[in-house]
Amino acid sequence: MSEQVSGNAQVEDLMRKDYAAGFHSAIESDTLPPGLDEDTVRFISAQKEEPEWMLEWRLKAYRAWREMAEPTWAHVHYPEIDFSSISYYSSPKSMKNRPKSLDEVDPELIATYEKLGIPLHEQAALAGVAVDAVFDSVSVVTTFREKLYEAGVIFCPISEAVHKHPELVKKYLGSVVPQKDNFYAALNSAVFSDGSFVYIPKGVRCPMELSTYFRINELNTGQFERTLIIAEEGSHVSYLEGCTAPMRDENQLHAAVVELVALDDATIKYSTVQNWYPGDKNGKGGIYNFVTKRGIAHKNARISWTQVETGSAVTWKYPSCILKGDNSVGEFYSVALTNNFQQADTGTKMIHLGKNTSSTIIAKGISAGRSNSSYRGLVRMNPGAEGARNFTQCDSLLIGDQCGAHTFPYIENRNSSAVIEHEATTSKVSDDQMFLCQQRGLDAEKAVSMIVNGFCREVFKELPMEFAVEAGKLLEVSLEGSVG
Amino acid sequence: MLEINKLNAQVEDKQILHDLSLNIKAGEVHAIMGPNGSGKSTLGNVLTGRDGYEVLSGDITFNGKNLLDMGIEERAREGMFLAFQYPVEIPGVSNMEFLKAAVDARRKHQGLEELSSFDFMKLARDTSKNVSLDPSFLKRGVNEGFSGGEKKRNEIMQMMLLEPSLCILDETDSGLDIDALQVVASGVNAMRNSERSFIVVTHYQRLLDFIVPDYVHVLAGGKIVKSGDKELARELEAKGYGWLEGEVA
Ligand SMILES: Nc1ncnc2c1ncn2[C@@H]1O[C@H](COP(=O)(O)OP(=O)(O)OP(=O)(O)O)[C@@H](O)[C@H]1O
Ligand SMILES: [Mg+2]
Repeated sequence: MSEQVSGNAQVEDLMRKDYAAGFHSAIESDTLPPGLDEDTVRFISAQKEEPEWMLEWRLKAYRAWREMAEPTWAHVHYPEIDFSSISYYSSPKSMKNRPKSLDEVDPELIATYEKLGIPLHEQAALAGVAVDAVFDSVSVVTTFREKLYEAGVIFCPISEAVHKHPELVKKYLGSVVPQKDNFYAALNSAVFSDGSFVYIPKGVRCPMELSTYFRINELNTGQFERTLIIAEEGSHVSYLEGCTAPMRDENQLHAAVVELVALDDATIKYSTVQNWYPGDKNGKGGIYNFVTKRGIAHKNARISWTQVETGSAVTWKYPSCILKGDNSVGEFYSVALTNNFQQADTGTKMIHLGKNTSSTIIAKGISAGRSNSSYRGLVRMNPGAEGARNFTQCDSLLIGDQCGAHTFPYIENRNSSAVIEHEATTSKVSDDQMFLCQQRGLDAEKAVSMIVNGFCREVFKELPMEFAVEAGKLLEVSLEGSVG
Repeated sequence: MLEINKLNAQVEDKQILHDLSLNIKAGEVHAIMGPNGSGKSTLGNVLTGRDGYEVLSGDITFNGKNLLDMGIEERAREGMFLAFQYPVEIPGVSNMEFLKAAVDARRKHQGLEELSSFDFMKLARDTSKNVSLDPSFLKRGVNEGFSGGEKKRNEIMQMMLLEPSLCILDETDSGLDIDALQVVASGVNAMRNSERSFIVVTHYQRLLDFIVPDYVHVLAGGKIVKSGDKELARELEAKGYGWLEGEVA
């Protein structure tokens, strides 16, 4: 009996995990020296041979950013970021002239993707996945474009859309997240390197899941993707992004912007599995993840955000919905797991403008080690939101007794006919639950991952099937460690 | 099967079990009775290796192995099963998923292959019917929102699926209606064989009418103060524990 460790000590042991995606690829790259001024913006724009209007758009954002201050209201703490020590552009060298087919892609790069388990080759068709892979800053290969092309769907790097579909980009870029929206969005607007562009024509149901994998590779580079998804009237699309970054002692910056436009009767389902490097056991290194994601839903449209966030040292992220059209629907399903010294301040904003709009928020926070996880959510019912409804449920699960969970709900109701419901719970992985599992023969590691997965069930069932399995595995890895 | 020799054990610096010895052979059913707080559940927790229950001295042999060298899950995989007095809920984890993981862990330990999902599902459905639980309970979260009696029947279902060699039932009969009591008892009786042993902790003679024990022990103040056959249980029912007081001291 003497070697039996106490319940909590055992659980804490399990939390010491290794980061499975933490390898660095030795690929030659062109990286811009650190620093940010107008010339940097011009350089990035020139690299992409952008038209004048795009450069002007970036410069406008840059000038706005210069006047802005970093937000400090989030419940996260980190040393001040020196924005002049970051490199704002990195392109794998062999990508300078974009490859025409997979055969032309640097084999090292392909090997990297294979290690990550990204199905770049035709097998992916079986899973119904089309992959747009963003490596550092340049979108490398987009698969399955032809099949999508037949359906009239455009799925390409945003840098390409700037050239091929300028009228769409001009019309919608910044229409949901304006350049000056916030500090990080302005920074992104000035220096965004690449990202995905999706256009679903009227009445089309996108024939497959669209998927992008992001990965930060170069040392000291920031990554600033920009994603724009436009779903025309009555169309339907499901989109998934996955993210990983190699292990680094230094903190790396990631500031993405995602804009969704769901026109009348359209549906956009946006799922994220985020596994950026979280830093080591002592809190050294890891990604700073400052992301602005927002969608606008027109009449009868539906926008659904599902996220599984296990990575990053610091996360600052609030995927939001502007429910502009009558009867539009916004949903937010979130699992945020923090371990060791990770900090996450995440949640959503549901802005109800139209009549009979409805929103659902299910947020699950899991904290282990010495980590801190906060839910921050705003529900606003504008005067015109007659008959609007919101339901919010925030559950926190604590593992061990050195971590924290916090809930910051903000409610602004300016319409007396609107109904807002809020429920919140906090629970612990109890010794009794652990004992039950172990008495039935499960090891402690399996027991914790099973209990945590059970806690997340309502969110996982919103993910596309194959990614639900992936998310479950990711939690297991994130909670993995050696048992005493 | 199980030999407990002069066991002294404590919880939170308080000694609960004193020089407890008990010898259980394969195929035997031992009933343990005794006043509240006498240490019956503690014995189950010590045997299964629960954290916080510390063995001060004494030794325990289980199937020829030193039990005290084994961790919680190892004891379970070796065939020790505890049906809980108060089963806990694990929200969101389906009973089916939980049971399959448990059965797979036990089979792996025995060098057997994992059952396919299909075979397991069939087995689990059949077993649930044996304890009069609707198969829909397999889809629900482990004990989530189950009534007291349903939780107890769920414990018995787990026992049937895991086919343990030693089953410890801690007050499985309390809170059961008459029909459920019969279900539990016939489940246990169906599992009785020459290889499998049972420790049945109960406060009521009634259960022992259905599950007839080979031996009855009275636990008081952390030691076994009296042992006998099934007649002892009747005597206790009639007289209570008072007349044993001399033996407790
Ligand atoms: N985890 C614990 N912490 C503190 N005291 C404990 C703990 N577990 C048991 N005890 C104490 O040990 C003694 C024996 O408890 P136990 O649960 O074994 O009794 P029992 O015989 O099962 O009683 P009942 O018939 O009421 O179920 C009690 O005084 C109880 O308070
Ligand atoms: Mg008891």
